[in-house]
Amino acid sequence: MQDLILEMKHITKDFSGNKALDDVTFEVRRGEIHGLVGENGAGKSTLMNVLSGIWPEGEYSGQFFVEGQECKFKNIQQSEQAGIAIIHQELALIPLLSIAENIFMGHIQGKHGVMDWNLTYKNAIPLMERVGLHEDPQTPVGTLGVGKQQLIEIAKALSKNCKILILDEPTAALNERDSKHLLDLLKTLQADGITCIIISHKLGEICYVADSITVLRDGKTVADFPDAKSVTENELVRHMVGREMSNRYPEKHHAPEEAVSFEIRDWCVHHPEYPDKMVIKHANIKLRKGEVVGLAGLMGAGRTELAMSVFGKSYGCHISGEVYKDGEKIDTSTVSKAIQNGIAYLSEDRKQYGLILDQTISKNISLANLRRITRGGVMDLNKEIKETGENAKRFGVKCATIFQNAGSLSGGNQQKVVLAKWMFNRPDVLLLDEPTRGIDVGAKYDIYCIINELAAEGKCVLVISSELPELLGICDRIYVMNEGEIRCDVPAAEATQESLMHQLI
Amino acid sequence: MENIKNHEGVKVTKILRQYSMIIILVLIAVLFHFLTNGLIFTPINLTNLILQNSYIVLLILGMLPVILTGNVDLSVGSVLAFVGAEAAVLMQSGLPVLPAAIICLVSGIAIGAWQGFWISKFDIPPFIVTLSGELVFRGLTQIILDGKSIPINDQGFRTMAGGYIPELTGSGFKWTTMALAIVACVIYIVMQVRARQQKVKNGVPVKSVWVTIASSVVISAVVLYLSVQIATANGYPIVLFIMLALCLLYNFICNRTIFGRSLYAVGGNRKAAALSGIKDRRTMFLAYTNMGMMAAVAGLVYAARSAVATPKAGVGYELDAIAACYVGGASVHGGAGSIAGALVGCFVIAILNNGMSMMGASPDLQQTIKGFVILAAVAIDLVPKTRKK
Repeated sequence: MQDLILEMKHITKDFSGNKALDDVTFEVRRGEIHGLVGENGAGKSTLMNVLSGIWPEGEYSGQFFVEGQECKFKNIQQSEQAGIAIIHQELALIPLLSIAENIFMGHIQGKHGVMDWNLTYKNAIPLMERVGLHEDPQTPVGTLGVGKQQLIEIAKALSKNCKILILDEPTAALNERDSKHLLDLLKTLQADGITCIIISHKLGEICYVADSITVLRDGKTVADFPDAKSVTENELVRHMVGREMSNRYPEKHHAPEEAVSFEIRDWCVHHPEYPDKMVIKHANIKLRKGEVVGLAGLMGAGRTELAMSVFGKSYGCHISGEVYKDGEKIDTSTVSKAIQNGIAYLSEDRKQYGLILDQTISKNISLANLRRITRGGVMDLNKEIKETGENAKRFGVKCATIFQNAGSLSGGNQQKVVLAKWMFNRPDVLLLDEPTRGIDVGAKYDIYCIINELAAEGKCVLVISSELPELLGICDRIYVMNEGEIRCDVPAAEATQESLMHQLI
Repeated sequence: MENIKNHEGVKVTKILRQYSMIIILVLIAVLFHFLTNGLIFTPINLTNLILQNSYIVLLILGMLPVILTGNVDLSVGSVLAFVGAEAAVLMQSGLPVLPAAIICLVSGIAIGAWQGFWISKFDIPPFIVTLSGELVFRGLTQIILDGKSIPINDQGFRTMAGGYIPELTGSGFKWTTMALAIVACVIYIVMQVRARQQKVKNGVPVKSVWVTIASSVVISAVVLYLSVQIATANGYPIVLFIMLALCLLYNFICNRTIFGRSLYAVGGNRKAAALSGIKDRRTMFLAYTNMGMMAAVAGLVYAARSAVATPKAGVGYELDAIAACYVGGASVHGGAGSIAGALVGCFVIAILNNGMSMMGASPDLQQTIKGFVILAAVAIDLVPKTRKK
């Protein structure tokens, strides 16, 4: 028998009818580094959230055992007591507090609830040394780079005497040197007897560091490799994407014009908080009228950053590059100038950036083009109701009246409201960022149909998506972005998921 | 789309919630009518209610736009005092009323722009900027008044805030006032009818004819009744016209201009508004600049009515204005609220104050009750929403 430190059996997790995990079995041997891979939305993070008590007992079905003991965690504290520590992609550090305080956040060093500062700093130093962080423990965390912050998270996990350390995309925000350092650190910790589970999109890293690998796809375990050395990246990719294409996409009859209508030239953007870091590196994008173009890339590849920086410098700093429309250079330096030049940007986060949830559908639709309903400085509210109603109808928003709040609609209908809002402005260029994120299959199909119609009307459409099948299903041409660079530009007809995946990673 | 209804359903609970504050206003008014044996609706007292609350109403016209963006302005009581002091000092030095008033208005705009600059340009929280303003302008008021009160003697200036429209017929009953009231009601009804026709013509859903008729009749009846009372005393105060004109103007700005819509959008979701091309920073700047201007208008009216500029003028008025907006249904988070609602809120508090004074309640008790009423009013708005989640 193998010495299993973790056994998860038949785990199923439902999100209101959507199965994020479907009868997943996952086993980890003591002292190994276990890689967990899969596409976005395959269920990796959900599985780890079940393990770490974020989804409490009762919200999922199935059982899991840590060191042979069945676990029924009600919260994160209980999973920590059982020796499980999770480090999320979004770091949970408090920037203004010191390294030592952050390490001991949640279990104060001292007596009777009174903090002992000397003890805090003293106890922090050995932990910091273990992760190779040579700093003053009194340094505020916010002054350190992401790489070092990641190390603090690991020190924090070690301070809780964890047996199983889970890292969710630990290297997504790191440069190559810091990534290498982190992976080597995991090997050192392994020698100390700590078991690691690492989730990553970067298969190269997984193959470098992991002893065994599990692949998830659509909430199911599709492959298990007890010996990671025997598996190639190609094989992993095939298992990750190996789903069949059915008619989940409407037929496309796009007739793109020959000439390029919209062009982004030599576009460079730097990170807004770390101006030394270049997020977009000399990107070039060309769109033709009537053409649907995809932009593929992993999380953090810079797709959203590219679109938002073009759309009125809504992201980043030190932006350089030029934007051309129909041969003329246009100014997109503010959102309103970008809108006036016929550009629309549909955000990946419709609740935060797309809609005013507490206001009516009608007012949301008119928001991006109030001038259309204004004459002589006065808004014609009747015209607003009439014309926004027509737009809501055209995009198939299902609602009782257009006077109900946008927040009361389902995700798919909210997305249609956002589309209706942008179309109220009659744009020529649409930048659609994850237009089908978090909406059900039927609504997705509706959105694809709308995209086809827009192309048929002669608009330039750029679709950003993390789902490769979606891009292959609706686009004519696909750009692949990786670490801020446009890697390639391939006709969708010639591309396969595997070929794209190789460019992505 | 066949499932978009062309007729807004009339539901009793919905109407109750929508007009909850008006109902409360009526209930409070009726309650005090009995508790004070009808003293509250005597002609003199009604006139006083208007005069006493005129500066709060003017402050509301600045405060509501700020609250719509999801913020508050704590400095208005001090700005009001500062502008009053400025007016007194200027007139004492021999400057005529008109140039003095213009200088005061300009300085109010400048004060608002100063605060708006820090808020919109550098994202300094409005709470901090206006808290600073509260201290700065209170201090400056004391400095320019040298800690003393300065009387204002110009009769013309004082009439603006304390005077009445002249009676053309010369009789005891103010027929001019009544005539204006009737004209106002006719104009109101004509506008209601025309607005309805326009909506029907554009295929916009309308409430049933009876709702329109009933509301027009009730509103006209209330206006006429109150006007009869006021006409038996001194007739309409002049300041009532200033208030009414500005209320209509601001109601128009909030509902029918891009700036007004921007206020709601910025308060509803600033990021989404900015990404839809709404100029969020400019909106914030203008909201605070306008607040400064309205604080100056209120300062002039206040100084004219009290006929003296004192260093302690307007202490706590910012809170009265803020409370009126919240009681009147404005959202603490921004994005919801109306001028009409804030006026109702203002008069709920005003009648409460006035009624309790007439019953001989001590100011301490009045303050306590007022405090509870403000909490209750906002709770009525928010408790059902939290339950739903």
